[in-house]
Amino acid sequence: MSSSSTTLSESASLQLLAEAGVRVAPERIVASAGEAAEAATAMGFPVVAKLCGDRIAHKTERGLVRLNLGTAEAVADATTELLAKAVPDDGDVAVLIAPMIRGNRELIAGVATDPQFGRTIMVGVGGILAEAVADVVFRLVPITRLDAQEMIEDIATQALFGPFRGEPAVDRERLIDVLVGLSRVVEHDPNIVSIDVNPLIVANGVPIAVDALVEMSA
Amino acid sequence: MKALFDPRGVVVVGASTHPGKFGFVALHNVLACGYEGKVFGTNLEGETVLGIACARSVDELPSGEIDLAFICTPASTNADILRSCASKGIRAAFITSAGYGEAGEAGRVAQDKLVALARELGILVAGPNGQGLVSTPAKLCAQIVAPYPPTGSIGVASQSGNIVSSFLNWSLATGVGISRAVSAGNAAMTGVADYLDFYSTDPATAVALAYVEGIDDGRSFFDRVAAVAARKPLVLVKGGATSGGAAAAASHTGSLATNDKVFDGACRQAGVVRAASVEEAFEAAATFATQPLPKGPNVVVMTTAGGWGVVTADAITRDRDLVLMPLPADLMAEIDTKLPPRWSRSNPVDLAGGETRDTIPEVMAMIASHPDVHALVYLGLGIQSNQARLMRGGRFYPDNGLERIVEYHERQDTRFAEAAAAVSVASGKPILTATELAVGDPTNAGPVAVSASGRLCYPSANRAVTALGHLYRDARFRQRRAL
Repeated sequence: MSSSSTTLSESASLQLLAEAGVRVAPERIVASAGEAAEAATAMGFPVVAKLCGDRIAHKTERGLVRLNLGTAEAVADATTELLAKAVPDDGDVAVLIAPMIRGNRELIAGVATDPQFGRTIMVGVGGILAEAVADVVFRLVPITRLDAQEMIEDIATQALFGPFRGEPAVDRERLIDVLVGLSRVVEHDPNIVSIDVNPLIVANGVPIAVDALVEMSA
Repeated sequence: MKALFDPRGVVVVGASTHPGKFGFVALHNVLACGYEGKVFGTNLEGETVLGIACARSVDELPSGEIDLAFICTPASTNADILRSCASKGIRAAFITSAGYGEAGEAGRVAQDKLVALARELGILVAGPNGQGLVSTPAKLCAQIVAPYPPTGSIGVASQSGNIVSSFLNWSLATGVGISRAVSAGNAAMTGVADYLDFYSTDPATAVALAYVEGIDDGRSFFDRVAAVAARKPLVLVKGGATSGGAAAAASHTGSLATNDKVFDGACRQAGVVRAASVEEAFEAAATFATQPLPKGPNVVVMTTAGGWGVVTADAITRDRDLVLMPLPADLMAEIDTKLPPRWSRSNPVDLAGGETRDTIPEVMAMIASHPDVHALVYLGLGIQSNQARLMRGGRFYPDNGLERIVEYHERQDTRFAEAAAAVSVASGKPILTATELAVGDPTNAGPVAVSASGRLCYPSANRAVTALGHLYRDARFRQRRAL
């Protein structure tokens, strides 16, 4: 991240993607343990709780994500703990409650700015091994649906896209929606420097963005 | 560009009397390769070189008879030379001189001034610091290096002069010819994308072949090459694809390192065929130049011996997009009528020594005419002629019936190679012939006849399959986009 850029909060980032047609996990922003428990009950268990704010970027590293919360009580406790972890530098914070999206496959998608080629769309194998595996494919903005289809075809680990451990094949049309949506978002906003959607969890064959970080030039 | 590649007349500026100097070599190559336009030379003393009575300066040359100046003089003299060229109606200059952008800050300033002057004079400048150009429709070899390639339809543009030479050497070795070739040198005014632009509408060029190391503005480069690739196949090899290569490229052409995955994605998006090596790039281009595009991924291997078929089946299966198709039942039944039952009855079609005089051309035609087959790889050419070579060189020749059998073997291999070309043309499907005899014994009647048919005899089945994969992906790119 360069010093002359700002990031959108996770919530604002996901909203930007949702507006572009990317499936994102539904979420509620809450300010207290009671509101969190109520939101989770309405949503159905299990849920995840995350501390979020415009100036919070590395949630996992700071322990600001609680996964797989199965009861209203667990949600309330987690929310209280997360709010207590906020430091003055974080600015305004809140807690984001979202359903726990489950899937054995994690993809990565995003936008990166290349010094020679400008803004690019990226898709590949995500999750914790993403960097080590480095099975990612790029195209230059803008992309067509056909370009997006060919990006998916170009990923080396094709076995990941067929039926996998009891889950159906990846719905390629929905994944194409994600990539074309990213392209459309940055076409309309020249200030977007990068978008990181990791993980893009494949739940029952459908890729769903559960976390996103949008970086804007200042 | 027409002045560069199809000039009415050429002047070598700085034509030296010393056969070791570039100015001499350039004039020699222009004169020795058959250029039919008028050739002039200049040198400070006005000495005659290779029968050309040189002028002391461009100012003494006739007006309106020369389109191209090939300049081999020191950088400091070139501004005045360009002005004189303009006054004589010369519209293009290839500048070989070093001492420009590659030579530090002073060189960069000199190069910028040269370009500004050329624009003002309306002269197209190629180079500087380049090796020259070749244009076979004009029989023009205006370069300070060898070779002069056979005539053909591959148009070469390269950021490295030596890689141009490599492509031309492959052309000479394989017989698959070149239309135009140019070393962009420092590309001060005219870059690889400009030459590719010209090739895309050049009737002499069917396929473009490019070498690049660095690209200043990747975005605009790709918009331009995408327009080229939409018209004709464009094969590209990039130097500096790895961290080691990028460091070498930084010291060679001053190129910035490129994220190779981004570059690769941009190639795929633009429909540029990216090859991993110089020989792979040449062979892909040679295949585009000499074979029809496959209409689908299905490949059948036809072989006279088992092992070759097995490794070729591996190569096809490893390719991400080609398909080693199951042999259709109706095709199998048809082949049954031509072969004893021990043939493989699967793909690869292994004739297993069951062939008689006409079997190979007949089975090849059956396979190629089946509607589900999109391409064919033919293995085993030249075996008989290889034995013929041993017989002819042995002490029993020509007695014991050897003379007759040697002739028969060579005639058969010639027929098979001719059949591969004829069946391919008739069916509109690529048929690639592979044998290591293409390099092991280029005098073998099989490879000789492949070459005579205008096609490439692949030195291995793997290399044939690699080229076929490039062809198929290009064809698919076009089909999907209705290009």
